[in-house]
Amino acid sequence: MKYVKLFLITILVIAFAAQCAPAAETPAAVAPTAEAPAAAAPTAEVAAPAETEPELPLFYGAYATPIEEPWDGVIHAALQQAATDGKIRYEFTDDIGYAGDMERILREIAENQKPAAILGDAFGNEEAVRRVAVDYPEIAFAFGSGLGPAEPNMAVFDNWIHEPAYLSGMIAGGVTQSGVIGVVGGYPVPEVNRIVNAFIDGAKAVNPEAKVIVTFINSWFDPAAAKEAALAQVDAGADVLFAERFGVIDAAVEKGLLAFGNMSDQNALGPETVITGPVWNMGPTVDYLIAQVNAGTFTGMDLKDFSMVGKGGSYLADFHGMDAKIPAELLAKVKETEQQIKDGLFRVDIKEEPPVSD
Amino acid sequence: MEIFIINLIGATLRVSTPILLAAIGETYAERAGILNLGIEGTMFFGAFIGFFVADKSGSLWLGFLIAVLSGVIFGLLMALLTVTLGVNQHVSGLGITMLCTGLSLFAFRLNYGGRSIPPSIESFQQLAPFKNIPWLNTLTEQYLFTYIAFLVIVPLAWWLLYRTSFGLKIRSVGENPEAADAAGVNVFAVRYAALAIGGGLMAAGGAFLSLAQLGAFTHGIIAGRGWVAIAIVIFGNWNPVRAMWGALIFGGASALQLRLQTMGLQLPIPYETFLALPYIVTIIALVLAGRNASYPAALLKPYRRE
Repeated sequence: MKYVKLFLITILVIAFAAQCAPAAETPAAVAPTAEAPAAAAPTAEVAAPAETEPELPLFYGAYATPIEEPWDGVIHAALQQAATDGKIRYEFTDDIGYAGDMERILREIAENQKPAAILGDAFGNEEAVRRVAVDYPEIAFAFGSGLGPAEPNMAVFDNWIHEPAYLSGMIAGGVTQSGVIGVVGGYPVPEVNRIVNAFIDGAKAVNPEAKVIVTFINSWFDPAAAKEAALAQVDAGADVLFAERFGVIDAAVEKGLLAFGNMSDQNALGPETVITGPVWNMGPTVDYLIAQVNAGTFTGMDLKDFSMVGKGGSYLADFHGMDAKIPAELLAKVKETEQQIKDGLFRVDIKEEPPVSD
Repeated sequence: MEIFIINLIGATLRVSTPILLAAIGETYAERAGILNLGIEGTMFFGAFIGFFVADKSGSLWLGFLIAVLSGVIFGLLMALLTVTLGVNQHVSGLGITMLCTGLSLFAFRLNYGGRSIPPSIESFQQLAPFKNIPWLNTLTEQYLFTYIAFLVIVPLAWWLLYRTSFGLKIRSVGENPEAADAAGVNVFAVRYAALAIGGGLMAAGGAFLSLAQLGAFTHGIIAGRGWVAIAIVIFGNWNPVRAMWGALIFGGASALQLRLQTMGLQLPIPYETFLALPYIVTIIALVLAGRNASYPAALLKPYRRE
């Protein structure tokens, strides 16, 4: 018995030591190399001292949620793409949470890795992110935020995908047979409200008689609850579903109904079910940031435009052949509206108040 | 109105299933004197490993069996810690929950990392024995596991606990291990067995979510259902049949609140009130039923031979 206890304690000690080890090694790994190679690249005053390829600026991702969460997943995907394309070096930390670790982790990153830029989501950690940003004016901070930018180095962005949400709503309003459309969302926070309200506006623009039911599950991750919420909407007569969260498309597949994804191309979740849906692409934002950081012209600004249709930051997901289920007249109208948005001739209203069910 | 109620009952059975399986598993653990707070993690790991094996092997049943087996193993680990080593049960249980959650998410990222949508598989199909009678079909179109949970597991768990000598041993080691030991019952072996059975049922509840209800695995798939099951065990007074009623009350309130949200009632109360309904109902039920709760006398106490 005593030996088993001793054995377990030993394992604990080893595990604890293993946990601590990487942290202890970090300072050695980021021993600053010569400043000279950095000067070769136009990294200007935000040059990042680096252990390997010093010509590329280091972009660091600091995410409150796991990267499997769709919102942070979009940022992660864009930064990873930029790294693959050889534009930046990319490292990240995720699942930081909302329990007060964000400030410490950001300071560690700023001190040890000395990145050119840090990207992430500030929602729920606004004060922490801004406190650190003030202390490291040489690092570019670009965070998802519901608040404003701050000079000299705090830029903000958000998923401004209300335009393709409006277009999705137009299609939903046209394809519903029962006249009832169901929307299942996470929380009624501004970024979700914006998308849902635009979706409702789009549906009503095409079909003023359409009835929209909105349910919130108060969770970002509970697909079983989202599915049950969607099934309850189907019981209430909904025959088209907008899946702001995962789990809803599953209900549509099961009931043989049509659905719209959100945030990414979700056709794979139901090839015969998902028509399209708003997609967020952080690529344009990341490209713009890289250019600004490299030119030394980065400034605290709202990067909103780079997440909108005009600059390719959001778009309607590929139909994957599902456009065959949309009446030709409606499809033409949707494409026309899309073009008008691109040309700056049509603006989708931004409404951030919580949506209400009809 | 009839349709509304039939839909509601159908959804209630579906929502209750994973909680019911976990609650019966926890009932067995606690009846033997061990509070297994590893329940949430055991469910989570069951959901993950079931999905993972089913995805890689192409067999849903193999996935389900491995999930149950994983639950048995974590039940035995809990037994090693609390029965053999006598470690504090709260700490061991929460430790197992953290271990299971961490292991699952780590393995999940290694295998499915960097995807914009969660991986999914063709899940178990629902059975529809009365396809031609619409109202009866709404009620009975359920997953096989829902049938098994309500019609097989509940009666079997009750019978095993109250009508067999094995059940008597479980109850006796949870009430008075010294007396049971004196009567020749191997307290350690019985507690190991109860925790193994309990772990298997918990993991089955988790695998129900990933293999039947969703056909996918994501973060937050269990979302606190394990903790709800612990409340239901107390509500059920450590009786599997009464635990079933507890699971049905919680499931019913969950299904009802989602339907109330869709009705567009112009009430001057926020929608969060509806979301809180299942928990409020559970607390009220606990207050009413919990006054007569008779905890297994040896719960939380490690047994040591004099």
